[in-house]
Amino acid sequence: MFPLEKRVTVVCGHYGTGKTNLSINLALDCARRGEEVTLVDMDVVNPYFRSADYSDLLESEGVRVIGPNFANTNLDTPSLPGSARVAIEEGGRVIVDVGGDDAGATALGMYAGTLEGSDPDVLYVVNMYRSLTTRPEEAVGILREIEAAARIRVTGLVNNSHLKQDTVADTVLGSMGFADEVSRATGLPLRFTTAPRQVAVDLLNKVPNIYPVDVCVRAPWE
Amino acid sequence: MGEKVLMKGNEAIAEAAIAAGCRHFFGYPITPQTEVAAYMSKRMPKIDGVYLQAESEVASINMVLGAGAAGVRVMTSTSSPGVSLMAEGISYIAGSDVPCLIVNVQRGGPGLGGIQPSQADYFQATKSTAHGDFHMLVFAPSTVQETVDMISTAFDLGDKYRMPAMVLSDGMLGQMMEPVVLPDARDPDNDSKEWAACGHGNKREHNVVNSLYIDPRELETLVRKRYERYAEIEENEQRAEEYLTDDADIIVVAYGSSSRVSRSAIDMARKQGIKVGMVRPITLWPFPKKALLKHADHAKAFLSVEMSMGQMVEDIKLAVECKVPVEFYGRTGGVIPTPNEVLEQIIRINGGDQ
Repeated sequence: MFPLEKRVTVVCGHYGTGKTNLSINLALDCARRGEEVTLVDMDVVNPYFRSADYSDLLESEGVRVIGPNFANTNLDTPSLPGSARVAIEEGGRVIVDVGGDDAGATALGMYAGTLEGSDPDVLYVVNMYRSLTTRPEEAVGILREIEAAARIRVTGLVNNSHLKQDTVADTVLGSMGFADEVSRATGLPLRFTTAPRQVAVDLLNKVPNIYPVDVCVRAPWE
Repeated sequence: MGEKVLMKGNEAIAEAAIAAGCRHFFGYPITPQTEVAAYMSKRMPKIDGVYLQAESEVASINMVLGAGAAGVRVMTSTSSPGVSLMAEGISYIAGSDVPCLIVNVQRGGPGLGGIQPSQADYFQATKSTAHGDFHMLVFAPSTVQETVDMISTAFDLGDKYRMPAMVLSDGMLGQMMEPVVLPDARDPDNDSKEWAACGHGNKREHNVVNSLYIDPRELETLVRKRYERYAEIEENEQRAEEYLTDDADIIVVAYGSSSRVSRSAIDMARKQGIKVGMVRPITLWPFPKKALLKHADHAKAFLSVEMSMGQMVEDIKLAVECKVPVEFYGRTGGVIPTPNEVLEQIIRINGGDQ
């Protein structure tokens, strides 16, 4: 399946739910379909494990990467280049990888007006196994905080529930009830569920809209 | 025991400390450690705990001394330059026989250095934290789960021996996520200790917690007594994990993140038929001398792998009493060695290409 419905897709969620890994997979997927695609790394909160760290991989596959001005320079100065706004306003496919929680989503608020005019798909990533969002009401709480900070409405949910290297088919199956509950509580559609590529093959007929992902975000020894 | 959850190393430090009964946190933000403080600031108010962001690391560590002197379970966390600022206070804590937990999520140095992971504070943690004759217990986790398990051990042993304990992590272990099972929560450990300055209620003599001793003989006697305790710790508390050491010709010694890299390199070398294993220090002070020395008779070389210019390598040489060569490989400044780089060193020590 190809899960993107709009030209501009915003990926937001709690810290560590897997937003960056999902964004990288979506961008690579678009590039491999021959699309012109830009990945905007809007994470000005966390200097580790961010999209801009994977520029080499992304750019080798033809993805344009726009990151914070000082990403990867050890300088803790959060500022974003003007090209981020231009990419959202016009041009080809855009994926925006937002920082975690409301703190990370605050940077997105700067683009609220621009985004409104671009009719974006705003995907909220949930991971049932992620500490502090293991209960549906906690996931909904953070969704509301992000919407308030970013001044934007979430349009769909992505179930990215995983346990890193311990992820098996049952890990994903066991999270579907959680994802459905978040969907019911918010009235938002569950747009797709991810699984590591080797796990996804066992889930094709068991989970609707399964989206296989490669694990790109990993420690140097993994 | 609960269910598996995904946690960042830094969050796990905070949650594990809460589970271990810690209700007092004083700190100051610094990358790559800030999530510990951020997490504590959200959790402590909900569980009747104290989270206080002080005006500096100097103030934080003195608040830790105060709370520790009152007998409560207390901690701070910081990253490398922050420990330098805390140095004076840590010496006062050691000189006052006050237990506490200090977490160092190391980053590249010296100076302001960088914000990427490093292990260049080994000397600082184990030998030269600050002025005077003293030691800290120093624990080095290598996974997020081990970090969780180690936090309560560090608190317990700090209490047992009445001394500061440090968990020496690094930016990679602090920032990466792994599945963990959190331990069952203990009741807040606010029981006053018999020596603590927490109000005598007219029922006993008042306690004094102090590190100032004008009479040199009194101070010498006190320091000597403390060193008797250190000797007991060196005898009883050395901890290390061994990996494929039984038949090893080459013993890699690495802790924390560099031990994760080394383990991958060892697996690759074993596939090439090279007999290599690892001793992974879990306590850096006391240094696991016994675990190393027992391999000095069958191993033909040791290799220290560190994210520094070579610090632990000196302790390895002392531990194996110079019976066999001790080599070193390291990256520094925030660079993590790759498994291939370590493999190359193992192949070189083994005598070249297979």
